[in-house]
Amino acid sequence: MKELKLMKGNEAIAEAAIRAGADAYFGYPITPQSEILEYLMLERPHERTGMIVLQAESEVAAINMVYGGAACGRKVITSSSSPGISLKQEGISYMAGSELPCLVVNVVRGGPGLGTIQPSQSDYFQAVKGGGHGDYRLLVLAPQSVQEMADFVGLGFDLAFKYRNPVMILTDGALGQMMEKVWFDEQKPRQTVFPSWATTGKSTDRERNIITSLNLDSLKQEKHNQKIQDKYKKMKENEVRFEKIECDNAEYLFIAYGTSARICQKSVQLARERGIKAGLLRPITLFPFPEKAVLELANLVKGMLAVEMSTGQMVEDVKLAVKGKVKVEHFGRMGGVIPSPDEILIALENLIKKIS
Amino acid sequence: MTKRISADDIVKEENLVYKKTSLLTKNVMHYCPGCGHGTLHRLIAEVIEEMNIQSETIGITPVGCSVLMYNYLDIDMQGAAHGRAPALATAVKRLMPGKYVFTYQGDGDLAAIGTAETIHACNRGENFTIFFINNGIYGMTGGQMAPTTLPEMRSSTSPYGRDVKMMGNPLNITELVARLPGTYYVTRQAVHTPANVRKAKKAIRQAFESQKLNKGLSLVEILSNCNSGWKMSPLQANKWMVENMFPFYPIGDIKLEGKLLDKE
Repeated sequence: MKELKLMKGNEAIAEAAIRAGADAYFGYPITPQSEILEYLMLERPHERTGMIVLQAESEVAAINMVYGGAACGRKVITSSSSPGISLKQEGISYMAGSELPCLVVNVVRGGPGLGTIQPSQSDYFQAVKGGGHGDYRLLVLAPQSVQEMADFVGLGFDLAFKYRNPVMILTDGALGQMMEKVWFDEQKPRQTVFPSWATTGKSTDRERNIITSLNLDSLKQEKHNQKIQDKYKKMKENEVRFEKIECDNAEYLFIAYGTSARICQKSVQLARERGIKAGLLRPITLFPFPEKAVLELANLVKGMLAVEMSTGQMVEDVKLAVKGKVKVEHFGRMGGVIPSPDEILIALENLIKKIS
Repeated sequence: MTKRISADDIVKEENLVYKKTSLLTKNVMHYCPGCGHGTLHRLIAEVIEEMNIQSETIGITPVGCSVLMYNYLDIDMQGAAHGRAPALATAVKRLMPGKYVFTYQGDGDLAAIGTAETIHACNRGENFTIFFINNGIYGMTGGQMAPTTLPEMRSSTSPYGRDVKMMGNPLNITELVARLPGTYYVTRQAVHTPANVRKAKKAIRQAFESQKLNKGLSLVEILSNCNSGWKMSPLQANKWMVENMFPFYPIGDIKLEGKLLDKE
């Protein structure tokens, strides 16, 4: 039986983690995502499902606890906000190198540095281009509602185990703090059978399992690099997710994810009321990026406006996908400022003036 | 005519007084001759074999000379980032409370970059074992000063000796964590003589056994020479260790059954 609740985005992630059959959550408080840890502590998931929740001494310790749990084949999740996610990057790189599945939630706030506690989308590069050291990628999901915050937890776990790779939910303080109604799936049981690679204790019927990201032999390391690159290629082939809104007869296109996409839907409506045929492409996976969909639309529209709460990061991927076929511009606010539908429309009108 | 005794006559099951534990793999160890790591690996492997807990044991390796420990022990192992082994072990033990979990860490790993993870795992009373190998130096990277380097001791980054006014004091982290309520068994041993090897093995066994009680963290520090890092022969290094390291890091039990042994 599905269940309807009214919840903050952060709380929805926490509840969804319990219901997805997560084995453990390790985290450290930071605004604007502390409700995830608080909700889990209040909810006593250990009594509901046996799920373990631990407040670590730092984000660094938390991500390494995630490593230890994931290496045992367990479903493990952590969450933080931008400065804390920076601290986790070392551990995330090690997990990508060791091919460990896990779910990392980044409830983004404005930076750089301590920045602000208000919502932002300024961690796009960090999320989709690797983030830590070495050649690797995360599979990045970008929810735009509290419902998707919940839905992407189960999806994220499935993808993480499918590819043996960390998955990130890239959201922001607005979605984390916003309350909406959300439907929850019924409780999934926690897994009782673990992957054959997991370090669960060497039984006599198998070789010992070693989880490491170390390869001192360069040729072996190169082979390993190739192996994980092949996974990213498969993700590009199989896991691209996006949503098209009013794109069929669109002459101008917004491209936006998460909170910006939510606002752009209103801008599309306002534009159409003024006779501007605007549409919206909403990437749901940021890596893999919906390159083909963007290129197809580049052949149909006169211009594109990438709307992000940043100085313009995703716009670079849009330009790469468009291959110079149409004019692409960026509009964004920074430092925790959320753009209004009207100012986005003005930015589109300015783009239209430049083109015509 | 008397028959000459051949090797085949001697190498017989009934004549065996010692053999390599089956828990050590056939891989040739990369450690310098005379280093304590090889001995300690063997002792840990022997204890796991004797307790018959191979299928119940998960080890966490550090970054340092023993980063490749998983090549030598025939058990499931995880390789941690530098200093983070206690965080990994925390999760492993909490998710599989019936298993035996240990970390194996050098002084740089445990007492410098991993200080926070060490202290908090100890303070939370996580129910696993830390094997802490202290040779007063960063061995793998070429003999740099470690948090445990003695005053006036030379290293590649304290070439004129550790000047405590400029470089700070050595950190005696074992005595420090022994004072935390979460530690149950804390001891310091060495493996430079057969007698010490036997005592060290007893301590390792006691540490594993204490995991059954679920009463807190057990930490076994092992003082070891680093003859190549110290630029000495193995014998000289052991002598130097006894004369210089032992007074600063005294051998023996520090905390038993959750109670500090008052040595003052």
